[in-house]
Amino acid sequence: MSHPSALRIFLKTIVARGYPRFVSTHRNRAWVFTETLLPLIGTIAMIYVYRALHAPARYLGFVVLGGVLLAFWQNVVYSMATQFFWDRGAGNLELFAMAPTSLAAILLGMAIGGAWVSLTRAITILLVASVLFGVGYSAAGLLPALGVFVLTISALYCLGMLLASLFLFFQREAWNLADAMQEPIYFVSGFYFPVRSLGAVVAGLGSLVPLTLGLDAIRQLVLPGTPQFIPIGWEILAIVVQIVLYAVLSQLSLRYMERQARQDARLILRST
Amino acid sequence: MDTAVETKALRRVYRTGRQEVVALDGVDLQVARGERFGVLGPNGAGKTTLIKILVTLLLPSSGVALVDGLDVVTQFRELRHRIAMVSGGENVGFGMLKVKEQLWMFSQFYGMPSKPAKHRIAELLERLGLSEAADRRVSALSSGMRQKMNLIRGLITNPRILFLDEPTVALDVGAARDVRDEVRRWMAEDPTRTVILTTHYMMEADELCDRVAIVNRGRIVAEGTPAELKRRVQQDAIVDLQLSPGSRLLDALRGIDGVAAASVAEQDGIDRFSLQLSSDAALGGVMRVVEGSGRQIRGVQKREVTLEDAFVKLVGRGMAEEEQG
Repeated sequence: MSHPSALRIFLKTIVARGYPRFVSTHRNRAWVFTETLLPLIGTIAMIYVYRALHAPARYLGFVVLGGVLLAFWQNVVYSMATQFFWDRGAGNLELFAMAPTSLAAILLGMAIGGAWVSLTRAITILLVASVLFGVGYSAAGLLPALGVFVLTISALYCLGMLLASLFLFFQREAWNLADAMQEPIYFVSGFYFPVRSLGAVVAGLGSLVPLTLGLDAIRQLVLPGTPQFIPIGWEILAIVVQIVLYAVLSQLSLRYMERQARQDARLILRST
Repeated sequence: MDTAVETKALRRVYRTGRQEVVALDGVDLQVARGERFGVLGPNGAGKTTLIKILVTLLLPSSGVALVDGLDVVTQFRELRHRIAMVSGGENVGFGMLKVKEQLWMFSQFYGMPSKPAKHRIAELLERLGLSEAADRRVSALSSGMRQKMNLIRGLITNPRILFLDEPTVALDVGAARDVRDEVRRWMAEDPTRTVILTTHYMMEADELCDRVAIVNRGRIVAEGTPAELKRRVQQDAIVDLQLSPGSRLLDALRGIDGVAAASVAEQDGIDRFSLQLSSDAALGGVMRVVEGSGRQIRGVQKREVTLEDAFVKLVGRGMAEEEQG
């Protein structure tokens, strides 16, 4: 029997699984408030804290860029990593698993479909907060920063795929852990301040999350005078290594999870 | 025989901590291509475990399972192109999507080109009377419409073997009939297609299946056409006895000489006992036990043998009864 190629199924799956995410933004507009305006208020609140402390102007830029990348971290954790857990409960996961597609494609579809919301949130925060508070960026650094941003997001989504299988293994405990770890991750990744302030050990540990290095590199590129954690070249190299590492680990982990799921019915099946 | 499904000494054990539960205990099965094959059994008999193994979602603990000639353990990736499964009470997909969008989405996971997929979806929606609901959101469907949509999901990719796990559970009579009619029609289109069905409804199995296997405690206790299974109790007289509610009576009835099997189901506040009597003389003993129980007789009826009677005799209890009921 001839079948569509694995690549064709992979690409079609990404589009198909991204589709519900995309159309739901048109059919339920409440996300504009919850996913864009509320995070914008959070970013603005932090800017006011820095202004009250008479921090240098570039610190306002740190907060804005942190708010921009935070959108993608939350997309990876809540729209990608935890989704298999909910899909299992709905019975979707067993249908995904018995289709001749790959779970990685399903995850990528979820993430790309959800990226539309993250992108809108990120652009809104970048434009509104920058204009409102007069944050300026180095024009020369914008293009390289865009390149670092693309690399960072790629590494982040590979990490998201790895987390997705871990979340399934640990079920509800992982969900609770993700919630509990939310603020510590914001802290060690330096979302609102240069990560160098944390010292080499804490910042080094925080760098396991690709956002830490990506954010630091982008800040160095577009906000001259940013305290340097490590040189940009090393940060970019580390992000590229993370892309490869997390991509390989996520594939191994998804395969292991699939194999384990066939041994242990509870991992994938709706109820047994 | 051109075989669609074959299992040899298939066994599956679930381990929870130190406890082991044997869900399947040496199942040998052969289903011919083109058959509508039913798997019947009480709750916990192992039906769903068997289906989950055959659709590659679970690994057997030991034994062999071949589906469409492919080993479910080692050749599962190829096999997944050839099969589909629809379960009863499915709530899968995304409520925000329209019916036709949800069906398209699932077709893409099999790599179907979009245009033929949409054409096929429109055709199946028409056949199942859902054309008008094509643009309705999935969350707005009734349970009957939802299950028809689920069946369409199983049919779009044109599987060689379709697994139906309790496909009409909780459906009204009309929706259940529509589902059964579509299964028959789909099979009639191509004589090489095969359906494996698990069901709680004996009438459904009797009406739909060419052959059935009765599974109890992980083993196949009987296999044959519905007519063959019914012939096993043909020599018995079947008596339905309707009694007012009261003290436990089933064990006492089963203990009467000449009562080959008995089951009970409660309906509309009345206990409906179904008795298989190896001789008419046993009826006297039954009446004495009933009188002694203080229950009132609301009706007595002698009737034709059904598949349910064969099931009760082979399994020792009715489909609706609990293990020790």
